[in-house]
Amino acid sequence: MSSEGNVAVHVHRDDEATKLGMWLFLFTELTLFGGLFLIYAVYRFTHQADFHIAAQNMDTFIGALNTIILLTSSLTMVLSITAIRRGSKKLSLLFQGITIFFGFIFLLNKYFEWSHEIHLGNFPGSEILLSKSQGDILFFGLYYVMTGLHGLHVIIGMIVIAIMMRFTLKNVITRNNNIKLEVAGLYWHLIDIIWIFLFPLFYLIS
Amino acid sequence: MADNSIAISSKGHESYIDHKGKHSGLLGWIFSTDHKRIAILYLVAISSWFLIAVLLGFLIRLELLTPGETIVGAQTYNAFFTLHGIIMVFLFVIPAIPAIFGNFFLPIMLGAKDVAFPRLNLFSWYLYIIGGIFVIIAIFLPGGAPDSGWTFYIPYSIRTSTNMIFTLSAAFILGFSSIVTGLNFIVTIHRMRAPGMSWFRMPLFPWALYATGWIQVLVTPIIGITLLLIIVERVFRVGLFDPSLGGDPVLYQHLFWIYSHPAVYIMAVPAMGVITEIITVYSHKTIFGYKAIAFSSLAIALFGSLVWGHHMFSAGMSDTANFIFSLLTFLVAIPSAIKVFNWTATLYKGSIDLEPPMLYGLAFIFLFTIGGLTGIMLGTLSLDIHLTDTTFVVGHFHYVIFGTTGFAFIGGLYHWFPKMFGRTYNKKLAKISFWILLVGFNILYFPMFVMGWLGMPRRSYDYLPEYQSYHVISTIGSWILILALIIIVYTFIKALRSGERTHEMNYCGGETLEWKVETPPTHENFDEIPVITGGPYDYKQNELESEVE
Repeated sequence: MSSEGNVAVHVHRDDEATKLGMWLFLFTELTLFGGLFLIYAVYRFTHQADFHIAAQNMDTFIGALNTIILLTSSLTMVLSITAIRRGSKKLSLLFQGITIFFGFIFLLNKYFEWSHEIHLGNFPGSEILLSKSQGDILFFGLYYVMTGLHGLHVIIGMIVIAIMMRFTLKNVITRNNNIKLEVAGLYWHLIDIIWIFLFPLFYLIS
Repeated sequence: MADNSIAISSKGHESYIDHKGKHSGLLGWIFSTDHKRIAILYLVAISSWFLIAVLLGFLIRLELLTPGETIVGAQTYNAFFTLHGIIMVFLFVIPAIPAIFGNFFLPIMLGAKDVAFPRLNLFSWYLYIIGGIFVIIAIFLPGGAPDSGWTFYIPYSIRTSTNMIFTLSAAFILGFSSIVTGLNFIVTIHRMRAPGMSWFRMPLFPWALYATGWIQVLVTPIIGITLLLIIVERVFRVGLFDPSLGGDPVLYQHLFWIYSHPAVYIMAVPAMGVITEIITVYSHKTIFGYKAIAFSSLAIALFGSLVWGHHMFSAGMSDTANFIFSLLTFLVAIPSAIKVFNWTATLYKGSIDLEPPMLYGLAFIFLFTIGGLTGIMLGTLSLDIHLTDTTFVVGHFHYVIFGTTGFAFIGGLYHWFPKMFGRTYNKKLAKISFWILLVGFNILYFPMFVMGWLGMPRRSYDYLPEYQSYHVISTIGSWILILALIIIVYTFIKALRSGERTHEMNYCGGETLEWKVETPPTHENFDEIPVITGGPYDYKQNELESEVE
C-alpha cells in the first residue's frame, strides 16, 4: 500500500475498517439485548399462561403503527445515504431530518403506551401489579426494561443522526466521503431490527 | 550500543517519549492518541490499582492470621474481599495485558503506525479512569463499601444497603472500556497488517489478542446488561431476579457466568501470548507448533465460552446440565495442554537464556499446570460437591490468574521494559525478587488447597482453630510475596529514574517486528512500512544468514 514511504502527512482513511468496527459494535448490541431475550425465553417458558394473559393488555394497533413508523424511518435513512452519494446535499439533509422525526413519533407513541399502563397500575413496584401473579410481574418487568432500553437506543440514534446532519451541513460528509453516515445508518437499522423482535414478543404472541 | 545511538541521533529521530505533538507536558500524554502513550497511561493507572488490590489482599490474609477478629470486624472484612476481587478482576487482570502490552506492541508487531481507531483507544482509557473513580466513590460514600463479593450474587446484592449502584456502574463502564479495546484490536488485526503479513505470518501475541478481542466483544455486553438489571432491580423493584417477586436467582448466576467464565480467558489468553513470545525469544529457537498455538487460542475462546455452568454445580441445575458442563470443562483442558506441550517442545534443544523474563516464562508453565490440573479436579462433578466454596477454589484461581496473568504481566514488563522506555533495569535484583516471589506465592496459595480439601470455607471471616496452622503459613507466604513485589516495584522505579539509557534495538535476539524498530520506538514506529516475506519466528534463517556474513 504505502511501501513508497509517504509518512509525513498521510491522512489515514479506511472505510472497510470503519464498517467492520461498526459491525463489531452491533454484535455487542445484539448480545446486550441477547441477555434480555434469554431472560424473556426462560420466563415465557416457566409462566406460559400468565404471559399469554398479560400480553392481551397490549394495544396491537399502536405496536403495529410503531413498527411501520420505524421501518419507514429505515427507508428514509437509506434514501439519505443514496441522496448524498448522488451529490444532493439538501435532499440528504431532508431525509435525515425525516428519520429523526419518525424516531420522535415512535417515542411519542411509546410515551402514550407507557402512561396508559402506568395509569392502570401496571408498573414495577405498584401495589396493583404486586398483587397480581408472578408471571404478570415478570411480563411487565421485561416489557419496561426491554422497550425502555430500546427507547434509549432510539434516542441515541436520533442524536447520532442529528450529529450527521451537522456533518453534512459542514461538508464533513460529502459525496465521496460518506462512511460516517453509512455506519450511522447501520446503527439505525439495528434499532429497527431489535424492535421487529420486540413487537411480536410483547404484542402478537398472546 | 554507543555507535548505534549516534547513528540514531544523527538521523534526527525522536522517540515517542520526546515527540512534541499539539500539547506539551502532561496534556501531551492524556490527550495523545499515540498507541504507545496510551499504553503508558494504562500502565500507570493499572499498576496503581494493582498495588491497592495487593494491599487489600495483604489485609485479608492478616485478618485470617488468627480465628475471630484480628485487625478488623466482619463487615470490613467482607468489604475487603469484595473490593480485592472487583479491583483485581475489573481494574487489573482483565485490562492489564491487552491494554498495556497489546496497545504498545500490537501495531508494531503488525507493522502498523497505530491501531485502527486511535481516538477510540484514548476514549477507552478515559472510560477506565471513570470506572476507577466510581469504585472510589463506592468505597467512600456513606452507606459503606460494597460487601456482596465480586460476583454480586442475587438476592444479597439487591438487599444490601452498601453502595452497590456505584460499584455495579463501575463494572459496567469498565466492561465498556474492555469492549472498545477488543473491538479496536480485531479491526486493527484485520485491516492493518503490513503488506505480505498473511494471517499465518502474524506473531502469536497478536493471535492471542485476536482471540481475546472476540471474547471481549461478544460476551462483555452480557455482564453489562446483567449488572444494569441489578441496578434496575434495586431502584424500581422490577423483579426479574428477585425471588420474592418471581425472579430466578439461578438465572442471574447463569447470566453472570456466561460472561465471567469467558472473562477468565480474557485474562489468560493474552498472558499465554506474552509467554509464547518470551519462550521463543529466550530459547533462541523457532516456536514449536505455530499453527497449533494460534488455533488453540481460538479453541480456548470457543470452548471457554460454553463452560460457565461449572461455577454452578451446587446451585441446583439439572444433572444433564451438570454433566454437559463438566464434559465441556474437560475439553478446555485440551487446547490449554496443547499450548503447554508446544512451549516445552520449544524449550527442547533451545539455547535457553535464564534472563528475568524467561524465569517468569518458566514459572508460568509450572504454576499454570498446577492451576490447570486443580481446575480439572473442580470440573469433576463428584469432587466439586466436596470442594465448592472452600479455599481450594481460591487456591485454584489464584494459581491460574496470578500464576499466569500476574506472572506474564511482570515477565512481559521485564521483557519489553527497555524497548518501551529506553532504559535498562537491574537484572540481579530482578532475578532475586523472582525467586522470592515464586517461593512466597507457593507458601501463600498452596496451603489453601490443603485446608480447602479439609473443609475450610472461602470468604469466611472466622474459622475453627484446627485450620490455624495453615492460615499462619499462608499469611507468612503473603508477607514474602509482598516483599518480592516491593523489590520489583523498586527495580522498575529505579530503572525509570536512573537506569542506564539504551538504544539497542534488539537486546534479546527477538525476531518479531518490535525488535526491528528503534528503542524506544519513534512516534510513527516505522519510517517505511515493512514488507513481510516470511514467518515471524525465523531463527534458523537468521542463523544461516549470520553464518554467511
